[in-house]
Amino acid sequence: MTTSAWIVLLAPLAGFIVIALSWRLLPWRVHGWIGTLAIATSFVAAVATLIALQGRGEEERQVVSVAWDYAVAGGVDAKLAILIDPLSVLMICVVSGVSTLIHLYSVSYMAGDRGYTRFFAYLNFFVFSMLLLVLAANFLLLIIGWAFVGAASYFLISFWYRRTTATAAGIKAFVVNVAGDVGLVLGTIFILRETGTVDFLGTFQAIPEAFGRNDGDLVAGAILLLVGAFAKSAQVPLHTWLPDAMEGPTPVSALIHAATMVTAGVYLIARMHPIFEQAPAAADVGAIIGCATLLMAATIGLVVTDLKRVIAYSTMSQIGYMIMAVSSAAYAAGMFHLMTHAFFKALLFMAAGSVIAAMAGTQDLDRMGGFRRAMPFTYGCMVIGGLALSGIPPFSGFFSKDEILGVLIDRGGWHVGLAVLGYLGALLTAIYTFRMIFRAFHGDPVPEAQELEHGHLYHAPEHTNPATGEVEDTDVGFPGPEHHIAEREGTMKLAMGGLAILATVGGVVQIPKVNEALHTFLEPAFHDSRFYEELQPTGGMVLLGMAIGAALGALGIFIAYQLWVVHPERPAAIRARLAGAHRLFVNKWYFDEAIDLLIVRPSAWVGRFANSTIERGLVNGALVGGSTGAVRALSAAVRGIQTGYLRYYAALLLVGLTGLGAYFLISA
Amino acid sequence: MAEVFFFLAAIGAIAGAIGTVSLRNPFYAVLALVCHLLALAALFLLLRAEFVAAAQVVVYAGAVMVLYVFVVAYVGGQDTPLSSGGSGGLRIVSMLFAGALFVELCVAVLGSGLAALATEGAGIQGATGKAADTGFGTAAEMGRLFLTKFLVAFEAASLLLLIAAVGAVILARRRSGLEDPREISVADVMRGSAGTAVDAPTETMLEAGGPVKR
Amino acid sequence: MSMEWYLVVSALIFTIGASGVLVRRNPLVILLCLELMLNAANLALVTFARMHGNGDGQIFALIVMVVAACEVAVGLGLIVAIFRRRLPIDVDELRELQG
Repeated sequence: MTTSAWIVLLAPLAGFIVIALSWRLLPWRVHGWIGTLAIATSFVAAVATLIALQGRGEEERQVVSVAWDYAVAGGVDAKLAILIDPLSVLMICVVSGVSTLIHLYSVSYMAGDRGYTRFFAYLNFFVFSMLLLVLAANFLLLIIGWAFVGAASYFLISFWYRRTTATAAGIKAFVVNVAGDVGLVLGTIFILRETGTVDFLGTFQAIPEAFGRNDGDLVAGAILLLVGAFAKSAQVPLHTWLPDAMEGPTPVSALIHAATMVTAGVYLIARMHPIFEQAPAAADVGAIIGCATLLMAATIGLVVTDLKRVIAYSTMSQIGYMIMAVSSAAYAAGMFHLMTHAFFKALLFMAAGSVIAAMAGTQDLDRMGGFRRAMPFTYGCMVIGGLALSGIPPFSGFFSKDEILGVLIDRGGWHVGLAVLGYLGALLTAIYTFRMIFRAFHGDPVPEAQELEHGHLYHAPEHTNPATGEVEDTDVGFPGPEHHIAEREGTMKLAMGGLAILATVGGVVQIPKVNEALHTFLEPAFHDSRFYEELQPTGGMVLLGMAIGAALGALGIFIAYQLWVVHPERPAAIRARLAGAHRLFVNKWYFDEAIDLLIVRPSAWVGRFANSTIERGLVNGALVGGSTGAVRALSAAVRGIQTGYLRYYAALLLVGLTGLGAYFLISA
Repeated sequence: MAEVFFFLAAIGAIAGAIGTVSLRNPFYAVLALVCHLLALAALFLLLRAEFVAAAQVVVYAGAVMVLYVFVVAYVGGQDTPLSSGGSGGLRIVSMLFAGALFVELCVAVLGSGLAALATEGAGIQGATGKAADTGFGTAAEMGRLFLTKFLVAFEAASLLLLIAAVGAVILARRRSGLEDPREISVADVMRGSAGTAVDAPTETMLEAGGPVKR
Repeated sequence: MSMEWYLVVSALIFTIGASGVLVRRNPLVILLCLELMLNAANLALVTFARMHGNGDGQIFALIVMVVAACEVAVGLGLIVAIFRRRLPIDVDELRELQG
């Protein structure tokens, strides 16, 4: 079993290295298949690991496999070790499975782009980093995987690097991620100081003894870990990078910013559950932030006009659900939603990619419409994804989202309030999701759609940056000249079809009152949790909650139908009536401006001050210039003695002689 | 009597010294030095250093100073007034420190507490009560000391003389083939065809003797 | 006369010579003043020879005279060489060796 686990981790790395080293040696199409094959190998190995794990006894399902023991220095037991337990196996299966499908999709989607090989190399590197993060058995490897994932995200967001908007977005993502990295490392140190070990299992055993309940250090460490989680998972207030990250190619958005990287925060909290259970204050912070993000992102999703950004805010919102879940000890529910969300969100992004290709790169919802007849397959996938997202039975999203809310109600206390807000969020989710679908696919076909109905894919007369309108070319660093839609590419259809099936039937692993396969599967990973057994998903209230959830979803779809299909003039009237709220939502709750004011400008000021005053004035002027000036003055003074006048030298001699004589006379 | 001679000789020496230092014309300065040297020889005699006194007169005043006279005649050079850029303060400082040096030396000598300094000198009387019997200061004594106790110094001094003679010849020769057009030779000067120093000084013996007849 | 007098005279001549070296500008005269200083040293040496009663000091004085002669020879050779090159015979003008 450990062998297959290591293969899971190393296959993408091998793929990355092979692609990177052979980029000139092989034709570019081959690299796409090499990448896909590497991830497929990883997926097969992940399934093998899953089977092997289930074949073991219940008590033996947390295995640490050590490959290398670094020299122990300073009391830190650094080992190259992976932890194979149900939680990590679930994650690797989801990650490698969804990644395989996305690689398959990218094989056709990115064809024609001059950076095709680089794309697949980066994608493989990303999958390797994510798997490393998930399989890590100690904090060190976790941090390494965390950082690598951030780097891969940066590479891929600014993939079209000659676009200034893309590079700016990449930098923004990276900087916010680094803020999270700092939190993660500091949190690790806080916890390491008391427990003395970086190994996960050792730390979790040591937590109850090392810290009392809600111990100050532990809460601080846990909140710092949360900072890391929020940055990676785009929660308030470290969320501003995710919408801008849509500058990257659509497969990147699907893989990194929907299915995998942004879920790393959820995984972190679930993995660190002993810490959060011992420091409930921090867990409460997580729950509240998750809930706040959930609502805030949903409100922004209602007004955004960029297709991919709608889906991005939807991601932010759904991850808010997950964070809320795992912070409130609904671990199985949170992981369940993570899995189903990966399916339907990746599907939504893929479909969006297809639509954007049909629009020749434009992502503006205002310019889209009526693609239903021209792109039936894409439309079908989008609807399936939308239904899953809105929580309509029998799609997978229904079971996972309502399980979260059910467990929250079961938890009782103020968590019930969170559940109510969660239901409100579900309503908003349905509204904005189907707003997007109705606006893009229903209504009168726009010219691009009409062209497509006649069998001709629209190409813009000149290539421009969709956001700013700058003219581009199709050479390396910019998108390629070809556009690929799902209806025409077999691999795209295959990938989207696979995800559509999973989004539809993925809920069967945890249907209340029928089976609780996931809950049982994950139990060995959470055996030291106080809440895991208590918060059973099959309580009496759960069925009622599920009915309410389904009803809200349907209501949301109905509202969206009314507003954007039946009476398309109404949204403008509502916007006029609620202009203030609309402005708040359109400006994304002014977070970007706030961060600019509070952090960016003072930092820039400090930097300028440091440059002009400290660097130029103090270091260059006083220290460097001062010391050289002093030496120069001293040497000039000494040089002044060499006048060249003979009599001057003689006088110096005489003065010296007199002085010496005086000295000896006095001392005698 | 010895005191009278001492004071006369001392005054002569000091006067000669002051003359050397302060006379404008270098030629007169040389003459003042000769005077000083003779006075010093007298002082040596008072100190019963006969050979040294004789050597002083013959070698120093006789040979070295004659060499000086020749060179002064050749080179000459008038002494422009002492004030030049920056040397006014220098003069005062140097005078001051010279005075300080003198005071120090006196203090060193007089305050040293050496009992012997207050005497007239160690006993150098021989069996017969005359200093000459011990040979102190005689040529014989000097010769004996040179060839026994101070042989190495004697040989070194002769080597030094050789080197100095060679060096002086090399320094002052005219290099054939590398003739500096600015160079002038003694013959030119005697002929009067080449100018001497830039400003045609009038203090050398040459000019003093009037224009040269070709 | 006690020895102190001779030593005082020697010190006086020495300082007169030193001030002469510092004050005069003609290198010939400077050399003359150097001779003065050397003579003062000679006087002191001979005085000490008389004081101790042996001839060591006088030998030293003779050697000093030899050295002075050599030095004069070389120094005057230098001055003649300078004169031949038509450079001014003035130590304030000859100052190329400066920093």
